[in-house]
Amino acid sequence: MSALEKNAPQKSDLLPESLRDDFPILSGDVLDGHPLVFLDNAASTQRPRQVIDAICRVYERDYSNVHRGIHTLSERSTEQYEQAREKVRALIGAEHVEEIVFTQGTTASINLVAQSWGGANLKPGDEILLTAMEHHSNLVPWQQIASKTGAVLRHVPITETGLLDIATLDQLLGPRTRLVALTSVSNTLGTINPISTIAAQAHAVGALVLVDAAQSVPHQPTNVRTMGADFMAFSGHKMLGPSGIGVLYGKRELLDAMPPFMGGGSMIQEVGLESFTPAALPAKFEAGTPPIVPAIAMSAAIDYLSGIGLDAIHRHQQALVKRAYQGLSQITGLRILGPAPEHRAGLVSFAFEKIHAHEFAQVLNDQFGVAVRAGHHCTQPLHATLGITASTRASFYLYNRLADIDRLLEGVAAVQAKFAPQGRRRKARGG
Amino acid sequence: MDQEELYQEHILDHYEDPFHRGTLEAATHAHQEKNPLCGDVVRIELELDAQGKICDLYFTGEGCVISQASASMLLEQMHGKTIDDLKQFSADDMLQLYGPRLTPNRQKCCLLSWKVLQSVVHSPVDGAS
Repeated sequence: MSALEKNAPQKSDLLPESLRDDFPILSGDVLDGHPLVFLDNAASTQRPRQVIDAICRVYERDYSNVHRGIHTLSERSTEQYEQAREKVRALIGAEHVEEIVFTQGTTASINLVAQSWGGANLKPGDEILLTAMEHHSNLVPWQQIASKTGAVLRHVPITETGLLDIATLDQLLGPRTRLVALTSVSNTLGTINPISTIAAQAHAVGALVLVDAAQSVPHQPTNVRTMGADFMAFSGHKMLGPSGIGVLYGKRELLDAMPPFMGGGSMIQEVGLESFTPAALPAKFEAGTPPIVPAIAMSAAIDYLSGIGLDAIHRHQQALVKRAYQGLSQITGLRILGPAPEHRAGLVSFAFEKIHAHEFAQVLNDQFGVAVRAGHHCTQPLHATLGITASTRASFYLYNRLADIDRLLEGVAAVQAKFAPQGRRRKARGG
Repeated sequence: MDQEELYQEHILDHYEDPFHRGTLEAATHAHQEKNPLCGDVVRIELELDAQGKICDLYFTGEGCVISQASASMLLEQMHGKTIDDLKQFSADDMLQLYGPRLTPNRQKCCLLSWKVLQSVVHSPVDGAS
């Protein structure tokens, strides 16, 4: 393990372990006798006390429906809900607060754009450019709208090392390309994609750019304007907030021109029996009672993350992923999916030829207290491209520490030993 | 749940040395399914005679220990039985045959081959008499 020590992460890159005290679940007894090592953060993260307290505070003192009443509680809830919108604007560097639409999550945000913008703008033969590494939530909504409108889907392939093959962009982008929809960070490969470069090329042919930022906004600084995003989607529960809240960012002139997606209360200016006039942004896209408390709790999560600093969080995870990558690289028979640590966010997926991902997840959980994801991580086409059906994924966040990585590596070695072929023979029945 | 119990020796034996893993040239029926949760696949090919007896059956597939070992155990159990036996063999019977108690998600792994076998009699192979 000398190579490991030589390349040991700088102490200064790591966040203080004391922040773990903010997360009640990390000290809880999830599994008998095992401290929890939670490495499934790309699926959903845990919450600090500050976020849990914010949820209780609103329900105990401030809760009512928003944008409705003139009573005190409605004013308090409305004010906090709208403050949350401003926090999100500042977090991602959007120009106007009405460019922030609250949704149920990344999936809902992408569906909103596909149905509203896509339904109004796509014509037969128009092209939507996706990539081979998209999550199902950035594939299926486009498949649905393409089949409805006659639009055509194309895909940027990946290189051998798990990067987007951006040399193909010249060929794939053209006058028919209306939209490029891609992830900023692959939830399976961990690849950090060069969004601003790709966006510049897309804009040069007149295409819009939608960024699935579910795996990047929680982990690194984000600026929609320098990225060149026309639309961006992300979720609260992947950044210490509750589930049921997400964000759609859209450039004001684009959102303004789009028809409403869902109809109902809140999204209207005026309603008659036969017709309605939609409300102005962002209410136009927030039909019905919105996720009020989740939005307010998400703003508490943003406060928490900003207090630590997303730069510092990114550096911390780079240190963790470097250690994990180096450790896993030394295990014979293990295939790491995706690029080297310098092109990678804080997650590592891997596969063994002879041992299924389920065995890793099961034994890591039962014997080591390590929670990882096993399966296709909602990227079936990517797994097919890689020639596998499932992989095991360890994904990190600010509360993970080097000891967690070491526990993972210890567990992986144990699984490998346990399931190595041993020349077993099935016993004759009844014998 | 005790992890050691989950991967009992006889289960690992079935995984490494499965019963009738392969294809069946004389197959009259064939069916395959995928567990959408994890991508595990099991395909079963079987030969039924005119009396509804399962003369022979084989499986292929890809997946975790539980999905593949349970397929082997199920085929061994059903070899030489009839369609009626098969129809009467419930999901609970399958979980019992497997042995160790499974969490709901892992039950899906265990029941994949059982689901395929329940459907296979409705999937005649083209050209088979």
